[in-house]
Amino acid sequence: MGDYTKMWESLNIDLEKHDILCEALPVQFTDTYLTQNNRPEAMNYFNFVVAEIHGARILELENHKKNGGKVVGTFCVFVPDEIILATNAISVGLCSGSQFWIEDGEKVLPRNICPLVKAFTGAKVSQTCPYFQSCDMIVGETTCDAKKKAWEIMNDYMPVHVMELPQMKRDKNIEQWKDEIKLFIDKMEELTGNKVTVDNLKNSIELMNRKRRALKHLYDLRKHIPSPISGLDALLVSQVAFSDDPLRFIERTEELCKELEERVKDLKPNGKKRIMVTGTPMALPNWKLHKIVENLDAEIVLEETCTGTRYFENEVSTDGNTVDDLIDNLAIRYMDINCACFTPNEGRVEDILKYADEYNVDGVIYYNLSFCHTYSIEHERVSKVLKEKNIPLLKIETDYSEEDEGQIKTRVEAFLEMI
Amino acid sequence: MIKGMIALNYIGIDIGSTASKVTVFDDERIRFNLLMPTGWNSVETSKKIKSSLIENGIDLEHSKIIATGYGRVAVPYADKTITEITCHAKGAYYLAKEDLTVIDIGGQDTKIITVQNGDVTNFTMNDKCAAGTGRFIELMANTLNLTIEDLSKLALEGENVKINSMCTVFAESEVISLIANGTKREDIARGVLNSIINRIKGMLSKHGLIGTIYLTGGLCELNPFVELLSKELGEEVKTSPMARFAGSIGGALLAKNI
Repeated sequence: MGDYTKMWESLNIDLEKHDILCEALPVQFTDTYLTQNNRPEAMNYFNFVVAEIHGARILELENHKKNGGKVVGTFCVFVPDEIILATNAISVGLCSGSQFWIEDGEKVLPRNICPLVKAFTGAKVSQTCPYFQSCDMIVGETTCDAKKKAWEIMNDYMPVHVMELPQMKRDKNIEQWKDEIKLFIDKMEELTGNKVTVDNLKNSIELMNRKRRALKHLYDLRKHIPSPISGLDALLVSQVAFSDDPLRFIERTEELCKELEERVKDLKPNGKKRIMVTGTPMALPNWKLHKIVENLDAEIVLEETCTGTRYFENEVSTDGNTVDDLIDNLAIRYMDINCACFTPNEGRVEDILKYADEYNVDGVIYYNLSFCHTYSIEHERVSKVLKEKNIPLLKIETDYSEEDEGQIKTRVEAFLEMI
Repeated sequence: MIKGMIALNYIGIDIGSTASKVTVFDDERIRFNLLMPTGWNSVETSKKIKSSLIENGIDLEHSKIIATGYGRVAVPYADKTITEITCHAKGAYYLAKEDLTVIDIGGQDTKIITVQNGDVTNFTMNDKCAAGTGRFIELMANTLNLTIEDLSKLALEGENVKINSMCTVFAESEVISLIANGTKREDIARGVLNSIINRIKGMLSKHGLIGTIYLTGGLCELNPFVELLSKELGEEVKTSPMARFAGSIGGALLAKNI
C-alpha cells in the first residue's frame, strides 16, 4: 500500500490505532488467502483491492467528493444502491467484520449484541475506518433491534438516514416500502442536489442488474463438481462487491468467470464434501468459518447469506415510463429478499432447498453470528425441513474472536465425518 | 492371522482436556487400556503415552494408531486423527451393541450423539462454556472441599437446592453464598448435580432421543450420578466402567480400517 498518511489525517483517522489495524490485516489475509493452492489468476485484482482497501479506494472516494459528489455508507442489502447511484453518489458497504472494533463498540453498546453491530459502531467511535470517515451520510434500516437502536448512537457521530423496513410481506408492506424509497429519494436529492429521473434511475438499475448478473454467473460456475474456485475466494469477491466501483467490479468479476469457464473443462471430481453456508452475513475481513471448513476436506459452494445469494438474486425490472413505475419495480425486487427479519419467512427455506439441489450439496452449515436472534430462532424452521429432506445440517454460532476456532473445527470435522 | 506375520496392534489415543485414554486392540479383543491425566501440555502427554505403550511391549512399527480428543493433533506418531464425536460413537456402540443416544460428559464440553447402526447420524455439542461439563463438577467439588466421588454420594442424601446460574463462574459464587447461608452440604451437592442434569435435559430435548441413553466420559463410574441422571431424565441410563474409554476404543476400532 502507498503512503496515505496525509489523506487519513485529513479524514480525522486515529492514526496510531489505525496503524495497528493496517498491520494486522495483511497477516490475516496472507495466512488465509495466499496459502491456498492454484488460485485463479484473476483473483489478483481482488488481492489488490484488499491490499489497498484503506488506500486506493478511499482516494477515489475523496476525489469524487472533490468533484462535488457525495459518498453514502450502507450496512444492508435492503438499501437500494440504485437510488444512490442515480444521484451520482457512491455507495460503500461499511466496516463491520473485524474483532479489532469490538472493544470500542462495547464502550457504547451492551456486550450481548451481535458482533457486526458492535464492530461497525466501534469502527466509527474509534475513528479507524476511513470509509466511515469519508461518508457524508450513512443509511441504516430496521432489520434488527440492535441496529435500530445503534443508529441513535451513530447519529451522535454523523448524519444517519434510517429506512423503515416492513417486517411482513403483505401488499400493504410493499406499499410502505415504496414510500420509504420515495423518502430516501428525497433525502438523496437534498444531499446531492441531483434529481432522480427516469433516465438516471434506469441507468443505475441496469448497472446494478449487471452487477447481480456477474455475481450470479460466478455462483453458477460454483455448481460445477468440483467448484473451480474456493469458497474463500468467492466470498472475497462478494465482500469486495460492497465497496468497489460497480463498473470495474463487473468487468473484473466477468474476467474471473471467463477464466473459471476454462478451468471447469479440465476439472475432475476431487471427492471433497460440498457445503452450503446459510445464515448471517460475513463482512470483510470475516473469513473465519470458510477458513476452518476449507482447511478440512471440504469446499463451500455457496452462501445463502447477505454476502452471497441474497445480494444478487432477482433483478429489478426496467419496465415503466415514470420514476414511480421504477420505484414500484425496486420495491418489488427488494421485498423479495428472504431475510429472517420477516415473519413468516418461508421463502428462505424454499431457497435453501432449491440451492441444496442445484449446487449438489452434501451438507449445510447454519452460520449464526452470536446474539443474532432472528436467524438463531429461524434455525428451528430450517432444521425441521432439512431433516425431512435428509439434508445434514450443522449450526455454528460464533463471533469474530479466534478463541473458539478449535471447537468449531472439531464440530465441522465431526460433521464431515458424519455426512 | 497368516503364520509368520507379526500381529498388528490397533491403538486409539484419546487426549481429552482433563484425562487421556489409550486402548490397544489386537485382531479380536481389547488387550489393555491406559488412563492418565492430560496435565497442561498435551505434547508431553502424548510422549508419555508413547513410552507407556513401549513399556507395555507394544511395537509401534506394527501398530495402526488413531488419535482423537482435543489434543489429537499433538500425537505425531498417529496415522490419522478422527474427532472424538465419531470415536465416542464407535466405542459406545461397541460396548452397547444397539442404537444409542450417547451422552458424553467431558472435561471441556458435553456432547449428545445419536448412533444408528453404529454410525453417527446427529450430534449436539455444548462448547465455549463450562456449564454442564465435567469441569463444572470438579470446580464445585473443590469449592465444597470434596472429591467428585464424595460429592456424588452426598448428593443422593440431599434435597435439591436450585443453582440458577448457567455460568460456572457465577454458579461458584452462588454455591459460596449457599455455604455462607448454612445450607447443608448434601443439598448443595444435589443442587450441583441437578444443575448439570438440567443442562443435559435441555440439550437432549432439543436433540431428540433415539434408542438407549448411554453415558460415556469420566462420570460413568459415579453410580450415584448415573442413578440421579436416570431418575431426572425418566429413562434408564446405561453405562459401563469401560465407557470412560469409549473414545479410545472407538479410535482403536477405526484404526482397523486404515
